[in-house]
Amino acid sequence: MVSMEFILITGRTIEQGKFKEHAKTTEKYKGNVAICEMHADDMYRLGVKDGDNVKVTTELGSVVVKVRKSKRIRTPGMVFIPFGPWVNSILPSETEGSGMPHLKGFKVKIEPTSEPVPDIKDLLLKTYGVKK
Amino acid sequence: MQVLSGVLCPFCGCCCDDIEVVIKDNTIIDVRNACALGASKFMGYSVHRNTKPLIRKNGELVETTLDEAIRRCAEILAEASYPLLYGWSNTSCEATKVGLELAEEVGGVIDNTTTVCHGPAILAIQDVGIPSCTLGQIRHRADLVIYWGCNPWCAHPRHLERYTSLSEGRFQRAAWKRYLSRLILESARKRRYRAAGRVIKGGAAALPAEEEKRWMLPPPEERKLVVVDVQRTRTADLADIFIRVEPGGDYDVLQALRALIRDEELDVDSVAGVPVEKLEELADIMVNCRFGILFFGLGLTMSVGKSRNVEAAIKLTRDLNMYTKFLIMPMRGHFNVTGANIVSTWQTGYPYAVDFSHGYPRYNPGETSAIDILSRGDADAALVVASDPVSSFPRRAVEHLAKIPFAVIDPCLTPTALMADVVIPSAFVGIEAEGTAYRMDHVPLPLKKVVEPPEGILSDEEILRRILREVRRIKGKSQARKN
Repeated sequence: MVSMEFILITGRTIEQGKFKEHAKTTEKYKGNVAICEMHADDMYRLGVKDGDNVKVTTELGSVVVKVRKSKRIRTPGMVFIPFGPWVNSILPSETEGSGMPHLKGFKVKIEPTSEPVPDIKDLLLKTYGVKK
Repeated sequence: MQVLSGVLCPFCGCCCDDIEVVIKDNTIIDVRNACALGASKFMGYSVHRNTKPLIRKNGELVETTLDEAIRRCAEILAEASYPLLYGWSNTSCEATKVGLELAEEVGGVIDNTTTVCHGPAILAIQDVGIPSCTLGQIRHRADLVIYWGCNPWCAHPRHLERYTSLSEGRFQRAAWKRYLSRLILESARKRRYRAAGRVIKGGAAALPAEEEKRWMLPPPEERKLVVVDVQRTRTADLADIFIRVEPGGDYDVLQALRALIRDEELDVDSVAGVPVEKLEELADIMVNCRFGILFFGLGLTMSVGKSRNVEAAIKLTRDLNMYTKFLIMPMRGHFNVTGANIVSTWQTGYPYAVDFSHGYPRYNPGETSAIDILSRGDADAALVVASDPVSSFPRRAVEHLAKIPFAVIDPCLTPTALMADVVIPSAFVGIEAEGTAYRMDHVPLPLKKVVEPPEGILSDEEILRRILREVRRIKGKSQARKN
């Protein structure tokens, strides 16, 4: 299985914003947040098509999201995932004494996968377990 | 049917106060003037609503009474030795004020969402100050608008329309026509580009890079828009100048600009992927403007360098004031995150990450900030008000939050609420409850109550007052036992 290294940028999108305040448990939120925007050349090299699932991995763990061909990323090697619980489940917490974790511009590995994108409840269960 | 005008939008830091809400039978049936984000909140707030207080029993959230939920929440806070009270940016200043009183009463830490957005900006401002102004000044006078590391088209959709390039100011014309014609031209060019990509050998990749041709400067007297970002955002599509910086290269570019405006020569060809000629041209534009404003976003605060990036941006602004008038402002996200900072500052002296565990307010981001407290495993209970840290905090912090008892006060069942021990539904501030919010330029504005909340649903402020009363009752009882 091909696995490539990318620089991950997280951020806001208008679609994510529309559901972030009152509809986080809906499919629409998942469809707009559990995605990874990627340059077309990178998609070709990785062997994935628009809408395929990919596994994004950091040293903290991995998460499955859908690939979306980016209209905004102009240079290969960079990927974008909107702010949300999917990407946050693999982000580091170290703040280097600043109170702010490093949430933009770090290395991730991405590989194609046949695993499904978890919905919000499954993601929380898988990542943080069941609360007693 | 009733039309309420002059309603404040409770979504982003723009706090647009020209919203019109159409109400019929205590239901919002239409909203006018709002952006996609504001409209989705006004129109959809009641769809995914939680109206039942919930409490965790045998691993399941089950319905309970409001009194029982408040009593359990107060117990969690009163019994904890180092509770974290987090959120506050999506509620009113009045609720934050009660929250601060509660934090002092339980000897906990109170932190707001600044900690994961513009915390580094505040640290930089405390180091070097900030030359700023109100958004009205910018609307009427700014002839150079720079968005650095932010994408208002997505996060503050009406910012350009109300306060900067697309607004009609007293001394500056709106640039609607220029941007509209550019978008039409751009769209035609893209179509040609795609068509050429299909017929030319090597595809679209064989054509010249698109960004090289985007230096279409307007006449000197017209308002200019500059966007600096790591990717070509939708805001960048509108810009007269777009500068693409390599990820993590903002500090280098800002310092290079500082050198260039002092007429120093750079002995490199490019800085963080930006050719020096482009930077020289930008430096010229900055020095020659009459009133410049630099808006910065999370691209500076969340990238490597964090507060140092913002510090460099403020110092660049300070340097530019040797030649012209130049100001700087953070693009604050939640509608009342500025209010949370302001209330916290006037009550405790500190804007966020305030620790009351010693009996007096202490402030040391990196030690007393929410992410650090949770990642170290220090907090033994939490209260989350109008926020969703499970979605916005990184993994280690959420892992600890999931282990400790915590309560959530929120109008919706957020991912955080799904993992909580107590969930208390509250009224939507700015829709079902009134209060005060501070716009991103520190202007206080009144939030209106446009519809009645569902029966039995209280405002954040009222719920917090009842929790505070209950905490004091529990603490009084335990003190009496000790005596």
